[in-house]
Amino acid sequence: MNKKQILNNALSHGLLLVAVAFALYPVLWVIALAFSGETTPGARAIPVPTAPTMDHLREVVSTTRPTPDGGTAWLFGQQLANSLLVSIATALVGVGVAIPVAYALARFEFVGKSGGMATLLATQMFPAVASAVPLFIMLEAMGLLNTRTGLILCYASTSVPFAIFQLRGAFETIPVDLEEAAMVDGASRFEAFVRVVLPVAKPAIAVTFLFAFMTAYNEFILAATLLSDESMFTLPVVLQRFIGEYDAQWEAFAAGALVVSIPVMALFYLLQKHMVAGLGAGGVKG
Amino acid sequence: MICLRAWRWLAAFAFLLAASALGISPARATSPPVPDATAPVTIWHAYRGVEQATLDALVASFDGDVNVLAIPYDAFGAKLAAAIPLGEGPDLFIDSHERLGDFIHRGLVTPLPPETLEEAAYAPQALAAVTLPDTEGRPRRWGAPLSMKSLALYVNTDLLPEAPATLEGFGELTETLPEGVFPLAWEANSAYAHAAILGAYGIGLLTEEETFGMRGDGAERSLTLVLNLLKAGVLPEDADGALVTDLFRSGKAAAVISGPWLAGDLPDTLHYEVRDLPAVADAARGRTRGEGDAPALMRPLLTVESLMISPRGATHPRAAALLAHLTSAEAGRRRARDARALSARTDAPPPSADAFLRAFQAQASLATPMPAVRAMRAVWEPASRAIRKTLRQDMAPERALEEAARRFRDVRRPPPPPKDPTVLLTVLGALSLFGALTLVHRARRPAMRARLRASLPAYRYVIHGVLLVGVLVLGPILVGAATALFAGQPHQMYYVGLDNFVDILTARSGPLFASGSFYLVLIVTVAWTACNVVLHLAIGVTLALVLSRPLLKLKSVYRVLLIVPWSVPSYVTALAWKGMFHRQFGAVTGIIEGLNDIFGTHLEPIAWFATFSTSFAANLTTNVWLGFPFMMVVTLGALTAVPKDVLEAAEVDGATPLQRLWHVTLPMIKPTMIPATVLGSIWTFNMFNVVFLVSGGEPDGTTDILISEAYRWAFTREARYGYAAAYAVLIFLILAGASTAGARWIDRSKERA
Repeated sequence: MNKKQILNNALSHGLLLVAVAFALYPVLWVIALAFSGETTPGARAIPVPTAPTMDHLREVVSTTRPTPDGGTAWLFGQQLANSLLVSIATALVGVGVAIPVAYALARFEFVGKSGGMATLLATQMFPAVASAVPLFIMLEAMGLLNTRTGLILCYASTSVPFAIFQLRGAFETIPVDLEEAAMVDGASRFEAFVRVVLPVAKPAIAVTFLFAFMTAYNEFILAATLLSDESMFTLPVVLQRFIGEYDAQWEAFAAGALVVSIPVMALFYLLQKHMVAGLGAGGVKG
Repeated sequence: MICLRAWRWLAAFAFLLAASALGISPARATSPPVPDATAPVTIWHAYRGVEQATLDALVASFDGDVNVLAIPYDAFGAKLAAAIPLGEGPDLFIDSHERLGDFIHRGLVTPLPPETLEEAAYAPQALAAVTLPDTEGRPRRWGAPLSMKSLALYVNTDLLPEAPATLEGFGELTETLPEGVFPLAWEANSAYAHAAILGAYGIGLLTEEETFGMRGDGAERSLTLVLNLLKAGVLPEDADGALVTDLFRSGKAAAVISGPWLAGDLPDTLHYEVRDLPAVADAARGRTRGEGDAPALMRPLLTVESLMISPRGATHPRAAALLAHLTSAEAGRRRARDARALSARTDAPPPSADAFLRAFQAQASLATPMPAVRAMRAVWEPASRAIRKTLRQDMAPERALEEAARRFRDVRRPPPPPKDPTVLLTVLGALSLFGALTLVHRARRPAMRARLRASLPAYRYVIHGVLLVGVLVLGPILVGAATALFAGQPHQMYYVGLDNFVDILTARSGPLFASGSFYLVLIVTVAWTACNVVLHLAIGVTLALVLSRPLLKLKSVYRVLLIVPWSVPSYVTALAWKGMFHRQFGAVTGIIEGLNDIFGTHLEPIAWFATFSTSFAANLTTNVWLGFPFMMVVTLGALTAVPKDVLEAAEVDGATPLQRLWHVTLPMIKPTMIPATVLGSIWTFNMFNVVFLVSGGEPDGTTDILISEAYRWAFTREARYGYAAAYAVLIFLILAGASTAGARWIDRSKERA
C-alpha cells in the first residue's frame, strides 16, 4: 500500500466512523431505555441504562397463551414466527411477481407498456390514508380477512411496484448480448432469462428482497386491522400494544423493538454476501 | 397521440365511476347476519396489564363461549370502523364514552335494550355520560358504564407532607423544596389537563350550544395563571406524559396531576398519596357575590369506560347475557380489587382499605363527564394549539383563544350540500361510451392488431403482476379517490361534486397563505421533500461509494451497523429523537451542556419545537437518519453492476478518481438510482410518521405537510373522509404533474447530450 492509499483508507474509516456514530446514537438511547430499571429525567449526553435490568426484555419475550389441550404455548415465539412467515412470504411473492414483469419492461416492446409504467408509478403517489377502507371491503369480499394469506397479498402487492422499478433498472444494466448468446446456443427466451439473466441479477434481487421484506416486517396498522386472532398477530402489532390510551410502557416497547430488529440485521448480513459476490464477480461485461 | 391520451383518461374515468358505484353504495350492511346461539360472543378491547388480566378472568367465569381480542389502542378505532359495518366486527367492545357521539353517527353502536341497566345502581355522572340522543332525538343509553377515570393530584409525601390547598400555593414551594425539584408537574400543553383548571372558572371546553367554550375572561386568566407558574419555574416546560411520570418517579416533582394509570409506573419505594385537585384562588376572585369565598375547585374531565354493543351484537342471543355478567356488581368489585379500577356502580365501592381508589372516587364526584357529542372532536386541536401558543409566549391569551375559536368554526362548518349527480353521470357515461368506441375502433385497425399480436409474449410475463396490483392496489386507490366527490360518513356518503376541492383550493375562503392553508402547507411539503432527498442521496451515495472501495477492511461490519436506523421499528426511534430534542431534558441539550463544560462556552439550550426552522430541522434530522440507509443499500446494489474493467480502462487512460466517478460510475448506476430517487421523493412527500411523531406539526401546524393535514381531517378533526380523500387526490395530481415534468426534462437533457 502506498502512502496515498493509507491516507485514503484513514479518511474512509474516519467518515464511516462518524456515520456509524450518527446511526447508532439514537439507538443507544433506545437500548439504554430497554435495560433501565428506572428512568430519571435529566439532560445527559451519554446513554447508559439506570439501574440495569433484564425485566423488560423478559416481559416481552415470555408471553404465553393457553392451548386447547390445556397446556400453554409460547405466544411470543408464535408471533415471531408469524412475522417472519408473513415477511418472507411477502418478499418471495412480491419479488417473484416483480421479476418477470420487470424483465418484460426492460426487454420487450408491447402495447400498454408506457401506460402500465405510469400507472405503476402513480400507485405510489396516492396516499394510503384514503384507500384503507376500500381495501378492507375488497379483502372481505374475497374472504381473506383475518388470514395471513390476505395480509401477505396486501403487503406483496404494495411492494411490487417498487420491486419492479428496482429490478427493471438492474435488468437494463445487464447487456442483451448475454441472453442473445444463450439463444444462439439454442435456449429459448425464457430459458435464457432464467439461466443467464437471473444469476447475473442476483445482487439486485437480494436488495429487492430485503426491501420487500421490510415493507411487511415493520407494518402494524394494516396487520392490526385485518387480523382478529392474537395467535396470528405479527410482532409490530404486539409491540404497539405497549402504547395505551393514557400511558405507554416505553421500556418494554424499546426492549421489544430491539428484539424485533435482530432478524432484519441477520437477514441483511446474510444477503450482503450475495451483494459482495456480485461486486467481485464482474461477470457483466459491456 | 392526442387521441391515445384521451381514451386512456376516459377509460380511467369510466372505471372510477364503476368502482365508486360499487364501493360507496349506501345500502351496504343494513341487516347483519343473525348468528346462532352457539356461536361464541366476540368482545374487543384495548386493555393492557392487570385490566386485561381481570377482564380475561371475568370472561372465563362466564357460562358460554367468548372470543376476546386485545387490540393496540392506536389501531382500535380504525379496526372498529372497518369491521363493524361489514358485520365482521365484535358483538361487544370496550371504549371510552366520549367516542359514543362519533360511533352513533357512524352506526357502530346500538342503544342498550331498555331495562338492561340497573340504573339505580350507577353513579349519576356515569349514566349521564352514556346518555345521548338517537337519530330521532330520543335520549338513549348507548353503553354500560364499567369504570371511571379522571385526573387527580399525586403528592410525594416525603417531599411534601402538606400539599397546598390552591394551585397558586405551589408557587411558594420553589424556595423550600430541594434544588432541581419541581413543586408541580402536569401535561400543561394538553387541553385535556387544562380543562380541569377551566372547570374551576366554571368554563367547559365545549358550551351547551356546541360552540367553542374556551373564551372570555376566565379562559384568558386560566392561561395567564399557568404561564406565570411556568415562568416562575414551578412547572417543567413541555411536559408530556412520559416526562411527568419520570419526574414523579424519580422524586424530581413533589406533586403531579395525573390519572390512575400513573400508579402502575410507580415503584413501591415511593411514598405518595392521591388527593383532590387543588382549588384555584384566582378563579374564586372574580366571582359574583353570594357565592361567597368558597374555593373554586379544579374540575377534571371524567372518562367513563363503557361496554358497547355493535349492531351484530344486538342480534346475538348471548351478547346481553355476557354484558350483564361483565357489568354485575360482583364484576365491579372484582375490577376494583384486582385491576384497581373505580367501578361506575355505587354498589361496588372501592375496598375501605384502598385509599388510592377512594381518593379517585372522591375526585370523580367532582369531575365533569367529557362531552360525547361529535363537536368535541373538533375542540382538541385548536384548544391545545392555543394553550401551547400562550405558554410559549408567542401570543397573548386573548388572541390565541380568538384564533382557536375561529379554527373550531372552520372545522365545524357544515359539510357541502348534496348535489345532483345526473350531470356527472351523463357526462361520464357519454365519455366512457366514446372511450370504449375509440378503443374498439383502434383495436380493429390492422397496424394495431399487429402490434397487439407482437405484444403477446410480453403479456405472458406481466399478466399476474397486472392482476395483483390491479385488484389490491389500483382498485382500492380508485375507490378511495372517488370518495373525494362525496361527503358524510363512510357507508352514508352523498355526492357533492367538486365542492371538497373548491373548499381546499380556496383555502376555505380564508387568506390563501394563512397558516394551515393548502398553499402554505404545499410550500412546506416541497421544501421538506427537497431537503430530505438531497441529504438522503448525498449521504447514501457517499457511504456506498466509500463502502465499495476494494481495499477497505471491516466493510461488512460497517454495512450492518449503518443499516441499524432502518432495522429498528421507526415508531420507537422517531420518539427517541423527539425525546432527544427536549429543551430541558433532551440528549441534544446534554451535548450542548457537555460542550459548555469542556470548552467553557455559554451555548443556550434550544427550544427545538418553538420556531419553524428548528422544528423543521428536527424533523429533517430524524427523517434523514431514518432514510439514508435505504439510499445506501440501493446504491450498493447498483454499484455491483459497474464492471471493474471499465473503471480500470478509465484509470489506464489517465482519468482521475473524480473523473472516473463522474463519467463512469455515476452514469452506470443511474438506471437504478433514478427510479429509487423518484420513489424516494414520492415517499418523502407522503412521509406522515416522522412529522406526526416528532414535531406533531409544531409550532402551530407550520411543519405539517399535506399528508398530515389529510390525516388530521380524516381522523382527528371531524372524520371527513371525503375531504381527506380530496387532499389525497390533490397530492396525487401534484406528484403526477411533477414527475411528468421531471421525465420530460430528463428526456430533453438526453436529447441535448
